[in-house]
Order: sequence, then C-alpha cells, then structure tokens
Amino acid sequence: MLDLVARLGHKGLKKLEAFGSAGVILMQALVARPQPFTMLPLVVKQIHFVGVLSLIIIVVSGLFIGMVLGLQGYTILVDYGSEQAVGQMVALSLVRELAPVVTALLFAGRAGSALTAEIGLMKATEQLSSLEMIGVDPLRRIIAPRFWAGFICLPVLATIFSLVGIMGGALVGIDWLGIYEGSFWSNMQNSVDFREDILNGLIKAVVFGFVVTWIAVFQGYDCVPTSEGISDATTKTVVYSSLSVLALDFVLTALMFGDL
Amino acid sequence: MRIRVMEIGVGAFLLAGMVALLMLALNVSGLNLERKNTYKVYARFENIGGLTERSKVTMSGVLIGQVSDIRLDQDALQALVEMEIHEEVDFLSIDSSASILTAGLLGEKYIGVVVGAEEEYLQDGDFFEDTQSALVLEDLIGKFLFNEVSE
Amino acid sequence: MDSFEDVIIDIQNLSFARGERAIYNNVDIQVPRGKITAIMGPSGTGKTTLLKLIGGQLKPDQGSILVAGKDIPRLGRRELFDMRARMGMLFQSGALFTDISVYENVAFPLRVHTDLSEEMIRDVVLMKLHAVGLRGARDLMPSELSGGMARRVALARAIALDPEIVMYDEPFAGQDPIAMGVLVNLIRRLNRALGHTSIIVSHDIQETLGIADYIYLISDAEVIARGTPEEIANTSSQKVRQFIDGLPDGPVPFHFPAGDYQSELLQDS
Repeated sequence: MLDLVARLGHKGLKKLEAFGSAGVILMQALVARPQPFTMLPLVVKQIHFVGVLSLIIIVVSGLFIGMVLGLQGYTILVDYGSEQAVGQMVALSLVRELAPVVTALLFAGRAGSALTAEIGLMKATEQLSSLEMIGVDPLRRIIAPRFWAGFICLPVLATIFSLVGIMGGALVGIDWLGIYEGSFWSNMQNSVDFREDILNGLIKAVVFGFVVTWIAVFQGYDCVPTSEGISDATTKTVVYSSLSVLALDFVLTALMFGDL
Repeated sequence: MRIRVMEIGVGAFLLAGMVALLMLALNVSGLNLERKNTYKVYARFENIGGLTERSKVTMSGVLIGQVSDIRLDQDALQALVEMEIHEEVDFLSIDSSASILTAGLLGEKYIGVVVGAEEEYLQDGDFFEDTQSALVLEDLIGKFLFNEVSE
Repeated sequence: MDSFEDVIIDIQNLSFARGERAIYNNVDIQVPRGKITAIMGPSGTGKTTLLKLIGGQLKPDQGSILVAGKDIPRLGRRELFDMRARMGMLFQSGALFTDISVYENVAFPLRVHTDLSEEMIRDVVLMKLHAVGLRGARDLMPSELSGGMARRVALARAIALDPEIVMYDEPFAGQDPIAMGVLVNLIRRLNRALGHTSIIVSHDIQETLGIADYIYLISDAEVIARGTPEEIANTSSQKVRQFIDGLPDGPVPFHFPAGDYQSELLQDS
C-alpha cells in the first residue's frame, strides 16, 4: 500500500518535472534574443509544412461536417417548423466549437505527429548535437520556427474550416432540402455575433495552436532517440494534445459563454 | 525556384485565412464595418421579458438602431433600456412609443418604435414617455383562463 | 609518460559517470597541436562521450578540460559557442541537415559565424567540397547520398570554418573498403594541408594505426595504454594485445558477468 503511494508520488513528480522542462524549453526557444531576419524564412518554411499541406484535410472535413450538421439540424428542426434556423445552428456550432476543436484534433494528428517525428529523428541522427557543435542553439533554430508556425496556422485553418463548413451546411440546407435562402442567411446573421462568437472561436483556436505545437515539439525534443522512442513520442503527442484540447475547450467555453 | 513556390503557397494560405475571416464577419455575423454615428435615447419598461443587449430597434420593421445597455432603474423600480439610434433617424417625435415585440411566436425580442404627432423630436439622452412592455406568454394564458372562468 | 611540446587540449583528472556507471575515472589526456591523435577502445567505453565533453555538450563531474588554454566546463554560454566555432566535429552518422542541400549544409556554419558575402560563401563552399571530391554533388539532397559520400560532405562542413581542432567520431564505422580508404586518405591529407589538430575516436585498428601520430587506449574508464602506433603495436600488456589482435577472450571477458552457468540451467524458473 505504502509502496503504491510512493510509486504514485514518484510518477507525479516525474510528470511535474517533464512539465517544468517543457516550460523551460518553451521559454528558451521563444524569449531569448529574437532574430527576425534569420527566423522569418524558417517560419515560412514551417508554415508551408504544417499549414499549407494540412489545408486539404481541413477543407474536406470542414465541408462534410457542415453538411452533416445541416442534414441533422434539418431533420430535427423541421418537426418544430423552424427549419430556417438550420443556418443559425450550423454557424454557431461550427464557429464556437467544432471549427477550433476538430481543426486542433486533425492538426494534432496531421502536423503535430509529423513535428514530433521530425524533431525526434533529428535527435536520433545527431542533427541537434551537430547544430550545437556548430554553435547554434537548436532550440532557436529548430524548435522556435516550428512553434511559431503551428501557432499561426491553427487559427487560419480553423477560420477556413468554419467558412467551408457553413458553405457545406448552406449547400445541403438551401440547395438540397429547399430551405428559403433569405431566412437561412438572415437567421444566421441575426444570431451570430462577430465579437462574441467569431472572435471567441478564434481565441480558442489560438490557444489550441499554442498547446498542440508545444506538446508536439516538446515530445520530439525530449524523446528517447531510438525507433521505439520516436514512435512512443509520436503517439504521446496525439494522445496528450487531443486530451488537452478537449479539456481546455471545456474551460474556455465555460469562461467565454458560460457566465461562470 | 522551389523556395519561390513555397513562399507563394504560404502567402496564399495566409491570405485565404484572412479572406475567410472577412467572409465570416460580413456574411455570417452580418457585421457592419462602417460604424454609424448614433445618438442615445432611453425607455423604461415594466418588463423586458427576454430583451438583450444588441437586440434590434426597428420602425415599421426597418432597423434604426440597437439596444446598447439594460439596467434596473432603482428609483422607478423598472428596467431602463438604453438604445443607440442611427443619426439620420432624427424625426422621432417626443410622444413616440416604444414597445417590446416578438419576432414570430417564439422568436427573438426587439423594440418597435411608432412615431407620434408632436413637432418636437427626441434628442440624445431623452426618454420615451410611452412604452409597452413585453407580452409574457404566461400572463396572457392566465388572463385567458381568468376570462373563461368568469364567464 | 612522455609529454608534448605544444599541447592544445589538456584534460586533467577527468571523471564522468552516467548514472551508477563510471565512464571516466581520473583520466589525463593530452592532445598535441597539429597532429592526429586517436582515442581507441572497445565499444561502450564512452569514446564519443569524450568528444562531447571536449565540445562542451556534456559537463564532467570532476576535472578540467583545457582547450587552447580555456577550461570548457567553466565557460559561459557565449564563450562556449565562440569556442565551438574553432572546433569541427564529424558525427558518426554524418548528421547532415536533411532538409537542406549539400551546398547549404556546408554553407551553414559560414552563414552562422561569418558575415561573408554570398560570392565569398560560394567560393569557400566550393573549395571545401572540392577538397573532399564532391564539388559535383552540391545540388543533391543528403538523402540522395551514399553513406561514404554523406560522411565526406559532413567532413567538408566540419572544416568549413578552418577550425583549429577537428574531431572525428567513428569515421570508419560501417564503410565499405573503398570509402574507408578514401576517408583515411582525406583525413591524413587535410590534416597535413590545413595544419589543424585531429582527434579520431575509433575501434578500427588497422586504419587508425595507419594514420594516427599518437594513440590513447581506453578501457574500463581508464587509459590503459598511450604512445605512438609502434609503441602500441609492440606493447606486451595483455589487455592491449587482446584489443590490437582482436582476440575473442582475454582480460576483457567474452561473457557478460553472470551467475554460474550450470546452476542457472538446472534451476526451476
């Protein structure tokens, strides 16, 4: 029994230590001596990898989720004779919740795992050591640009997700199910507020971008440089970032919309 | 050359994000970019029944402003509603009436203004004297039942 | 114990442990300037660790590592990075940056540490690539190179800044005989031509004996032999002989320490 408690405590301490070193890495990568001129091309390159190349999966899933929302909303709302509220429902659920959360989950799977694997492999092939020996801090050279890229990309992707999703909802609602176009859009415009809904959704996406990329680069940087170590770290990235996104989403929703 | 293609891609990506945000703002939330100049008028209501900030203020169904603040007037023990009316709507006579109406049976609440006959117009900071509170469904049903019983 | 006239790296009383296991125990190593010094020993004796200690990537538990008069473990971050600009290191895997071309790999240290114009960088890069015979491969990506070529590019990168010290981590491991011959030749030629100090960590006996001016043999966290290749080759110490002649059993036992064989077999699991 005592043994169990001791082991639990040991595990807790180890987690705390990992969290601490993740924080230290983040600080060192971001705070110390920003060098915008050497940094910018590196960030652009990483935005290409984590953002532009994730675009297709984001657009496709956004479209389908919007279409499903339109269909489901219609079948329920038509019972109450208020099928023109489909637009409002699709827009609110996308902008407030689904766009930031689903984008973050897809991003963790598509870009986060790739980041972890890439950095882990760099560690395994001594590229990080070699940078250090050349006299370049790998945190600044490797970690910081990737971090900024993830941080910038997720809100952009989430916004595109929202828009595509709403267009998908409109396609199903207006063109297939025959909801009157005017009331579909005006209902949506009446209920969606720019600051309250769209900006809050965007803030969520920014927070998720921060968390997912942080987890991804830390797992990569901290992994055991063997094949098992890297695959382990990649799995951890996806699991940890998904869980953190879902938990944080609750907290943020409570703060933004819950009047807590 | 590869670098150029990549940079163009990233530029297009960021631009797409901004355009998407703009479209969300304009088409989905109906945000009006030009901030209209407004003046403030007030009205006291017995019961606002679900009116919220940013509810519409209309005249003959045309949007002329929005509710900017709702608080409790401690002297009159009534709800005090502050409205921002568009500047060009400067012909609301001082005996105009403001009523809280419902869009459809279960729709949102809004304020409807009906202009009176006086020559003098409402200025910034004036009050609607004539107000009509929201219809509360329960009260309505109560009255209906009461009438039935008394017959 | 002979001493050198001009010592560039002076390691004294070095102790370093990883967990419970001592990697180095009170070791003294001197590296003469401008020569090729080899650090040899069986796998797992922490030869790579020594290079990382010299490069300041690891901190020793005890002892001093003087490189050109500066004590590496006590340098600040800035000074350490400046010091590293004077060292080149060839990693076992080559450690080329996989996301940029061969040309950019070699140009990388120049861009970091100098303000040279683009034409100057180009000239230097082409010179270094020419020295390793790969000027024609400058537009390839590292993934398109063979193992031996990758190591030569890494060597060009390591000497890009004309460092005073070049460290080679297992340069011959896993190379075919031709590539190995090329590398041996290159290391010797570059050392003579550029006049830098070379440190080679290796367990390939014949190649290393062939090019080294001075050899340290490390085993069990201590230096068990030191001297010129002739002195090492003619030594009578059993431990050294086992390593040099590649005998399977001797003072370094074939069996990892274990319990009694028979009793373990008979024992119920």
